Amino acid sequence: MDATITLTVDGRERTLTVDTRTTVLDALREHLDVTSPKKGCDHGQCGSCTVLLDGRRALPCLALAVAHDGADVTTADGLATDGELHPVARAFLDADAYQCGYCTPGQVCSAAAVLAEAGEGWPSAVTPDLDAERVTLDRSEIAERMSGNLCRCGAYANIVDAVASVAGTDGGAR
Amino acid sequence: MRPFTHLRPDTAGDAVATVAADPDAVFLAGGTNLVDHLKLGVATPGTLVDVTGLTSTAVEDLPDGGLRVGAGVRNSDLAGDPRVRRAYPALAAALLAGASGQLRNMATTGGNLLQRTRCAYFQDVTTPCNKRVPGQGCAARDGWTRYHAILGAAQDSAGLQHCVAAHPSDMAVPMLAFDAVVRLTGPDGDRAVPITEFYRLPGDDPSRDTVLRRGELITAVDLPPSPIAARSTYRKVRDRASYAFALVSVAAAVAVEDGTVTDARVAFGGVAHGPWRATRAEDVLRGAPATDDTYRAAADAELADAAPLDTDVGGNAFKVPLLRGTLTSTLRTLVEGAA
Repeated sequence: MDATITLTVDGRERTLTVDTRTTVLDALREHLDVTSPKKGCDHGQCGSCTVLLDGRRALPCLALAVAHDGADVTTADGLATDGELHPVARAFLDADAYQCGYCTPGQVCSAAAVLAEAGEGWPSAVTPDLDAERVTLDRSEIAERMSGNLCRCGAYANIVDAVASVAGTDGGAR
Repeated sequence: MRPFTHLRPDTAGDAVATVAADPDAVFLAGGTNLVDHLKLGVATPGTLVDVTGLTSTAVEDLPDGGLRVGAGVRNSDLAGDPRVRRAYPALAAALLAGASGQLRNMATTGGNLLQRTRCAYFQDVTTPCNKRVPGQGCAARDGWTRYHAILGAAQDSAGLQHCVAAHPSDMAVPMLAFDAVVRLTGPDGDRAVPITEFYRLPGDDPSRDTVLRRGELITAVDLPPSPIAARSTYRKVRDRASYAFALVSVAAAVAVEDGTVTDARVAFGGVAHGPWRATRAEDVLRGAPATDDTYRAAADAELADAAPLDTDVGGNAFKVPLLRGTLTSTLRTLVEGAA
């Protein structure tokens, strides 16, 4: 059963016809040739497909395209502005925060969202005072908040460094 | 994946009428569990009735001082709500202990309550499962039960009703401790079900997780005013530090005066077919000295009927001492924090 939907992907409006069973991830990769979000597990367990869906990080592998008609999707590619890398992407390069790079687009989208969520004052599972208005992104906060993005190369230490450098914290001792 | 029709009705009433009239239709909210089930073949609906936008996405103050959480409120928004963080910290902590930032942005309050067990055999359609196909048998019976129930499970010698699945929700555990009320709308009108009566034990029908009737839709969850909840916490023990389901978890709130426990709320996660209210533990705690001996006695009272599984691949007897220790340390930490 087909449905025609519109997605705004990295600022560009795209109209496409998909089977109702198509996920947002497959709509991006297979229908629109937007291959920045990577398919890892396809079951919401690895985070490699992470994008910003209507401004928030989400997993397009578990989102049906028909249920997100009209949505705004930002991939890691779309975070760049005027040909300049997003500060998080720049930090991943500077900190050597990857090995094979497959999980990196998802990591970058997730990290950009972590900075925004902390800016909103959202606590995490390791925040000592849930009622506090401000959050300091130290190493344990960054690790917890990024825990939905697996890296099978094990670049975690440098990923935390990269996120900490953009967060303006040194992340504390390693 | 079986082909399906995706419907987006204009009102909750239309959505309810559609699902009530069509046994092949199911509600779709955040999709984080259902879409996975479509891929796995665990769920094979012919129609998805999308309720996104049809239930409230607001957390409202109630006149009695409690909070009404719309069924469409995302887990991340509920965890971030300053009123929840201040008045029901165990609920915020439980939400933050669940899933990942990405999933919490997608998952709704109603969907979180209705998520299905992560029993590996329930999710694997090549193995028998009484919850998926009533009367088929239970592969967990002699299998890998690290994440399975030790309380209230259905264990029968023939295996035809056997179900040792555990409910995976973190959010539901403090909601149970705080006597939340689940508000429903259905083909026969609206009703409110205390969460203490919302979840079923597997009994003779493991296929049903809750008392929901065909076509009923969760519209909101009410959190009653609860002074004791302001001093509450959630402790989750798992196989890795984050992004994993609970082996055991404890939601607890406690009031202490002059070294004596005057009131307590305790619920467990990861150990039963639903979140588990530890009323026996609460009874032991009330009026007793606030000491480790009391906390251990409370745990022992609740765990007296525990029936852990002993299988060739390890079983889950470890959960009894693990939960005993977790409850004891959680209560100790709460009381010390209050001193």
